Amino acid sequence: MNIENNIKTLFVKKPLKLDCGKTIDNFPIAYETYGSLNEKKDNAILVFHALTGDQFVTGLNPITKKEGWWSYAVGPDKAIDTKKYFVICSNVIGGCMGSFGPSHIDPHTGKVFGTNFPILTINDMVNAQLNLLDHFGIDKLFSIAGGSMGGMQVLQFISNFPDKSKTVVPIACTSSHSAQNIAFNELGRQAIAADSNWKDGTYSSNNTNPNKGLAVARMAAHITYLSKKGLQEKFGRKLQEREDVKFGFDADFQIESYLRYQGSVFVDRFDANSYLYITRAMDYFDLSKQFYGNLSNAFKATKAKFFIMSFTSDWLYPTQENKDIVIALNSIGADVGFVEIKSDKGHDSFLLDVPDFLSALKNFLDKSYLEN
Amino acid sequence: MKNEFQVIAELIENDKKVLDVGCGDGILMDFLKKNKNTNIRGLEISKSKVQECIAKGLTVIEGNAEKDLKQFPDKSFDYVVLSQTLQAFLDPELVIKELLRVGKKAIVTIPNFGYWKVRLHLLLKGTMPITKRLPDEWYNTPNVHMCSIMDFFHFVKSKDIKIFKSLAVSNENVSIIKDSNLPIKNLIADLGIFLIEK
Repeated sequence: MNIENNIKTLFVKKPLKLDCGKTIDNFPIAYETYGSLNEKKDNAILVFHALTGDQFVTGLNPITKKEGWWSYAVGPDKAIDTKKYFVICSNVIGGCMGSFGPSHIDPHTGKVFGTNFPILTINDMVNAQLNLLDHFGIDKLFSIAGGSMGGMQVLQFISNFPDKSKTVVPIACTSSHSAQNIAFNELGRQAIAADSNWKDGTYSSNNTNPNKGLAVARMAAHITYLSKKGLQEKFGRKLQEREDVKFGFDADFQIESYLRYQGSVFVDRFDANSYLYITRAMDYFDLSKQFYGNLSNAFKATKAKFFIMSFTSDWLYPTQENKDIVIALNSIGADVGFVEIKSDKGHDSFLLDVPDFLSALKNFLDKSYLEN
Repeated sequence: MKNEFQVIAELIENDKKVLDVGCGDGILMDFLKKNKNTNIRGLEISKSKVQECIAKGLTVIEGNAEKDLKQFPDKSFDYVVLSQTLQAFLDPELVIKELLRVGKKAIVTIPNFGYWKVRLHLLLKGTMPITKRLPDEWYNTPNVHMCSIMDFFHFVKSKDIKIFKSLAVSNENVSIIKDSNLPIKNLIADLGIFLIEK
């Protein structure tokens, strides 16, 4: 991967104190932008990516040569219309698409950080991303949006910087990572750690990769992004290029073959240590704990307009967890709209072609922009 | 027929904070926002209607009044509006209680089951009344707790709820309901509009 040539990078000089107590400075944030910033600089939308996303929101990802992760939602005339808005997205710190992460060289040792990289939180990620606003000279964003871990960053960002965005769109997320979510993340991490190639995170010095472990982590996670109904409809008990089962452990079923494929393509684009760091950041996310158990206080200082969406078949970040955020906002009289979108596509719905979701997102943004 | 929403809008002063419970596609919300500079929110149970509201740029929460009003703090709105939906709730008494907790005042409108056409329908045809305001058959109507203007009038009085204004709507006419004319208004009006406070 020739990362350097295709990646825009902002080097942050200002020291950033992390939640773990360590301080980082002179660190890179890799970002991408779409559309153009208007003269008043009031049309910018900061998009936050989910666990395995990156800054390449839409169009062809120059590194993976695949469509950007939010191509359905972002682009000319799409829900987040890049003819109208200036979209900024950066790779989270801890990631592996150019931002400061565990695959970088530790200047003090001259070796790859690996698990010597500081533990990060969602709070650290958004604090780092605030630097992008200064970089573009944007005083106030028109909107911040993201699904899943992106939604958690949205919530943390507006809590930290209540005046920095006019509208706020957390999608299919939670204010506090549930035991079930922590459990699935732990399963992924243990799969990586169980791969003999992982070597406590020092695999890059051996020129190996814990690909098997990372692929299993991805396979397990991928199941959680879909719904039972969606899986049943798409795969059922269909067999993979065979007339009957083969009485062995090859991928007899299409679902097995599909999951193996998902695992195998994932390891080509993702770093195992980044997976550990980012899932850990998600697990540590508990916005109400930051406000001594009162989630409403996280949003007390902001006058922003919120619009929250969840999906009927999302069992990873179910509607009730999204509604808890709505309830916290209503209890302080905040401006909040909410709709649960009907979809069989599970948690992944926010990334897919779900017309009701995309039209709601577009309508909310475009109508709010008119009121600007 | 004078528009119910215009009557409601006349009861609300400019620049108030209003919650429209069961806001439907947001016509009233839109009207209040544009004409009364109302800071307006809606609560609506139907996903497709919530979508229509979003398309109008209105702030709406998908939810059920019987369950979801409790998230709003006491007296957090100047007015809470409930237009022609009270009869559809399993527990209308609870909903009225919640409206009066969340709103400083509440505006409740009810299709009048005491309206003469309704009475006549049942009397002559012997079947469940179907009128312009009550268009559904008995087996598919959402209305499980029909009441008349008189029923509602007695209900609020028995619950020590203050009535600021009660209006009878029949065709073009909007008139004031008083104790003295209650039986006649209950006969000639097909819609009652009540401004109440606990």
